[in-house]
Amino acid sequence: MAIADVSISATPAPQRSWWRRNQQRLTPWLFLLPGMAMFLVYVIWPIFESFWLSFYDWDGLGEKVWLGWGNYAELFDDDAFYTSLWNNVLWLVLYLLAVPAGLAIAIFLNQNVFGIRLYKSLFFFPFVISQVVVGLMFSWFYAPNFGLFYKLIEWLTGTGVAVLADPELVTYGIIAAGLWPQIAYCMILYLTGLNNVSPDQVEAARLDGARGLRMLWYVILPQLRPATFIAVVVTVIGALRSFDLVSIMTDGGPFGSSRVLSFYMYEQALSEYGYRMGYGAAIAVILFLIMMIFISGFIWKMVRDEREGY
Amino acid sequence: MNIVVKSAALGLAVSTLMASTAIAQQRTLKYYADFDPAPLAAFEAVIADFEAANPDIDVVLQNFDHEGYKTAIRNFLTADAPDLANWYAGNRMAPFVNSGQFQDVSDVWEEHNLHESLASAAPSMTIDGKQWGVPYTYYQWGIYYNKSVYEQVGVDVPETWDEFVSNCEKFKAAGIDCLTTGTKALWPGAGIFDYLNLRTNGYEFHMALTSGEVAWTDDRVKATFAEWGKLVEPGYITANHAALDWQDAASLLIQGKAANYVMGNFAVAVFKDGGMTDDTLGFMPFPTINPDVARAEEAPTDTVHIPAGAKNVDDAKKFLAFLATADVQTKLNEALGQLPINKDSSVADDPFIKAGFELLSTTPGGIAQFFDRDAPAEMAKIGMEGFQQFMVQPGQIDNILERLEKARQRIYK
Repeated sequence: MAIADVSISATPAPQRSWWRRNQQRLTPWLFLLPGMAMFLVYVIWPIFESFWLSFYDWDGLGEKVWLGWGNYAELFDDDAFYTSLWNNVLWLVLYLLAVPAGLAIAIFLNQNVFGIRLYKSLFFFPFVISQVVVGLMFSWFYAPNFGLFYKLIEWLTGTGVAVLADPELVTYGIIAAGLWPQIAYCMILYLTGLNNVSPDQVEAARLDGARGLRMLWYVILPQLRPATFIAVVVTVIGALRSFDLVSIMTDGGPFGSSRVLSFYMYEQALSEYGYRMGYGAAIAVILFLIMMIFISGFIWKMVRDEREGY
Repeated sequence: MNIVVKSAALGLAVSTLMASTAIAQQRTLKYYADFDPAPLAAFEAVIADFEAANPDIDVVLQNFDHEGYKTAIRNFLTADAPDLANWYAGNRMAPFVNSGQFQDVSDVWEEHNLHESLASAAPSMTIDGKQWGVPYTYYQWGIYYNKSVYEQVGVDVPETWDEFVSNCEKFKAAGIDCLTTGTKALWPGAGIFDYLNLRTNGYEFHMALTSGEVAWTDDRVKATFAEWGKLVEPGYITANHAALDWQDAASLLIQGKAANYVMGNFAVAVFKDGGMTDDTLGFMPFPTINPDVARAEEAPTDTVHIPAGAKNVDDAKKFLAFLATADVQTKLNEALGQLPINKDSSVADDPFIKAGFELLSTTPGGIAQFFDRDAPAEMAKIGMEGFQQFMVQPGQIDNILERLEKARQRIYK
């Protein structure tokens, strides 16, 4: 025994290569590398590029002219910017209605009757079709003279309301169109969440006499927290980057009253009448900063939840 | 994007007859364009003729969606330039000329005596004393009206603005929109502004305003809006125009729900598709407002240019010269339903084309391009939004003009 012991300690441990020694630590990074490289080149780098571009006056063709804070000074004196900002706030607040509405539909559909799968897929349908199609359908719905909504209002009140021609109503009209697919999205998130609600707890609560809204509020909703979190995140981000519907339904009009920041940025930087790259970049920076408030909030909450072990 | 590769049957037949080496020596001419279906067919015929006349050249036409082209051109001019590209005359081509993206083709104009044959469009093709492309078509703007509605209400076609406005009162009483428009895409409203401005202040003022030399808060601009207000305030213009495309407004005219429409001649095809005939559709020049102002008209001109990055410049110039000839312009515009620019061309036997030819060839005041072609793109956008807003909220006129003036001071530095 003693001899054997000596022989083991005497033989120098086989020299393990650097790779073998660090394999465990390196492998995750290697797997992350392609994704991180893409993220760096296509997300992080353009963000800094936008910051840098927002200090220039550039039409995309000629020379760049350094303006310093000029674009921002102009932006804060630009009525169209405030209109877009206000519309973004409206989008943010009203778009969140999709969360409770999606929950309501999900609870309504969470039952076992004949053909429920078909009903679920029909309710999910608006999320599957393209935003462009949603926009077109709603513009026909609102269309003056022949639209269903216009006709309905005309029948009820005597005079039709052309939602998309009215500077006061246009944004609400577009948000309503946006809510249609967004509610479907929140609904599907809650439906999957409801599958994971523990039947034991529901049973126990029922024995304790919890019913209806109290059951929903104290027993079901706490168990749906992850679904609610995701629904709020996708809805907030969806509201801030709303673009397709504005572009399809009104092109920002009438006279710019339905613009949102992302659309105004596109219009200034890339549309037919724009090509003010610097100014567009300045709008993009503002939008980015607004988004960062929400995104860092979400990330902070996620990290905190993970620490607490939810 | 829809890709059309042209291989003209005739050109192919000719080259097959010739020695096989001739095929090997074929040079290609890359041409990017933005034609709608009808003009595309007309242009394909022109290209076939060109290839027949020049069997050693193969024109490869790539057609883009009309709206998408306006953004695509910025990319392809700098990245992958074709040998020929469509664009527009006037200030619309200025950004590309000033940034050196279009080639000077003054030699083509010189060599083929285009200064004489294309004289009517020469000023709008000239920047810094040089010509930057070749125009092949333009079309008149004016008022298209529904003759049946005029009969129904019992009013005469007006000659002066006062008559026009008093007609409107009768149309209104009959529940018909006196003037229709669809400003969802903004530009139809600019047609109304341009004509009111041309009739109130004249061509020189239009050019001064669009090139930023006059303040938007000037009394003369206010005078133009005051004339416009005579239609807006009593509600003679189609309500909800901000949600209508120009085609939607055209159907109001077709259905007899509207009487007049300030439009370009391209709308005639839409009116006729909707069932109107030469007996029910009428055309009149925009009525006189101030008799002391010489009559000026609008006729947007479409053009072809050679990008700076073109590889086959010699053949491209050959094509431009071909496009400028009287015969080609006659044939092309017959198919387009528009007016040729070459003065030796003949016009199609169509009442609207003939009226347009008459109108433009006798214009004493001058020929404007259009608000969004004469003014720089940014100013055009803000201006047209202002026009749209004025037709919805006429009370905001002072705010609108102040906003435009602020934009003018920034844009024309």
